[in-house]
Amino acid sequence: MLEPSIVKDDEVEILIKDVYDLYGYDFSDYSRASFKRRINRICLIDKFTSFAELRYTVLNDIDYLKRFVEEITVNVTEMFRDPYFFKELREKILPQLGTYPLIRIWLAGCSTGEEAYSIAILLKEANLYHKSLIYGTDINPSVLETARAGVFPLHQMKLYSENYMLSGGKEDFSKYYIANYDSVRFDKSLQEKLILSTHNLVSDTSFNSFQLIICRNVLIYFDKPLQERVFKLFDDSLENFGYLALGAKETLRFSGINKDYQQVDDQKIWKKIGHY
Amino acid sequence: MGKTNTTIDLVAIGGSAGSLQVIIQMMKHLNTELNVTIIIIVHRKSQPNNILNMLLQQYSNIEVIEIEDKTELEKNKVYLVPADYHLLFEDEFRVSLDSSEKMNYSRPSIDVTFRSAAEIFGERMVGILLSGANADGVEGLHYIKKNGGKAWVQDPETAEVDYMPKQAIHAGEYNLIIKPEDLAAYINEL
Repeated sequence: MLEPSIVKDDEVEILIKDVYDLYGYDFSDYSRASFKRRINRICLIDKFTSFAELRYTVLNDIDYLKRFVEEITVNVTEMFRDPYFFKELREKILPQLGTYPLIRIWLAGCSTGEEAYSIAILLKEANLYHKSLIYGTDINPSVLETARAGVFPLHQMKLYSENYMLSGGKEDFSKYYIANYDSVRFDKSLQEKLILSTHNLVSDTSFNSFQLIICRNVLIYFDKPLQERVFKLFDDSLENFGYLALGAKETLRFSGINKDYQQVDDQKIWKKIGHY
Repeated sequence: MGKTNTTIDLVAIGGSAGSLQVIIQMMKHLNTELNVTIIIIVHRKSQPNNILNMLLQQYSNIEVIEIEDKTELEKNKVYLVPADYHLLFEDEFRVSLDSSEKMNYSRPSIDVTFRSAAEIFGERMVGILLSGANADGVEGLHYIKKNGGKAWVQDPETAEVDYMPKQAIHAGEYNLIIKPEDLAAYINEL
């Protein structure tokens, strides 16, 4: 069933201003259609029957803010999503990264960590894991808790295992986790090189330099000016000859930084060539 | 026939199992100077290449485009919603992709796009629901009608899988029942 249409366009703007003034989260450059849908979805799930009720709770219950941010931001992810993307990483990109003494990878908007574990598996199988660091960041602290736990629903494993094989995986996927009732716990060794931290792409600055930045299906929620700011942030955080990977339907083509980048094959991966 | 007094700007077509043949048949007979934008939302598996738009392009001179982030819509073009994303309308020309939860076990969900389009286009749109094995799209047709738009449903007798059109008809969410061979002609007249 579709979510009800409780919150109107002008009320969305009021709420965005409230949340910024009170808590500093700036959603003003998020695409409105999706944002409005998320807000109406919150009303459905948390049983708010009017905008006033929702607004009152957001304004007065600081604990609710955490939930609000969690629900407003989309946290749907899976392991080896778009397996051919991971195949390209495995076959084309990781061999290049292997020439560095230390490989630093930034997963921007890592959500509950499925991609981080996928990358860890790729690095292990490429024998590069020992000299790699994976930085997983997200605006939302609670999804990072899930990422840290490394526990995922058992019913997803069939899909993940299929995706893994399509990505060129040769192992038995189940060797990476231990099943326990209806969930699985991924091998602790897959967390050893994983550094998880909150980071807000809207307001936070560059915090390191990387050879690979992966940010998939995050920019689709941002308007063009914000996208451009985030591209600049990625550019500032990426070493020369490093790689930027985006989601299946996202592109660098219209960005000002595009001239310094070269697309790899027909994948959503761009190599930074730099300017001289 | 499908002629209305109001100008129609958008035709949104939703379908699932058994809808592809109907869409291909429509493509073959579409005018190449349409006054509308056509959006197609079909349930399908994610694939490495844009196979479906290349397939559909073979049958028509109208440009077929798979929507990407920030694609701007134009008249006289056919747009496909990509697999694994919902499509929402920001305004009449700008759309957003959304990778949130599946609706009706589907992403893209026909309901999600129909409803979003209905809120933007109101009476200036037609929603068309084709063959399929679930009820995704029925609630969307409801919103289209509620906002003054038109709802067309494939004649279940002609549908390879009749569940979807039957659900729409059962719920009364339609203005017109159409046969696949007439679909292009109706759209050409808008």
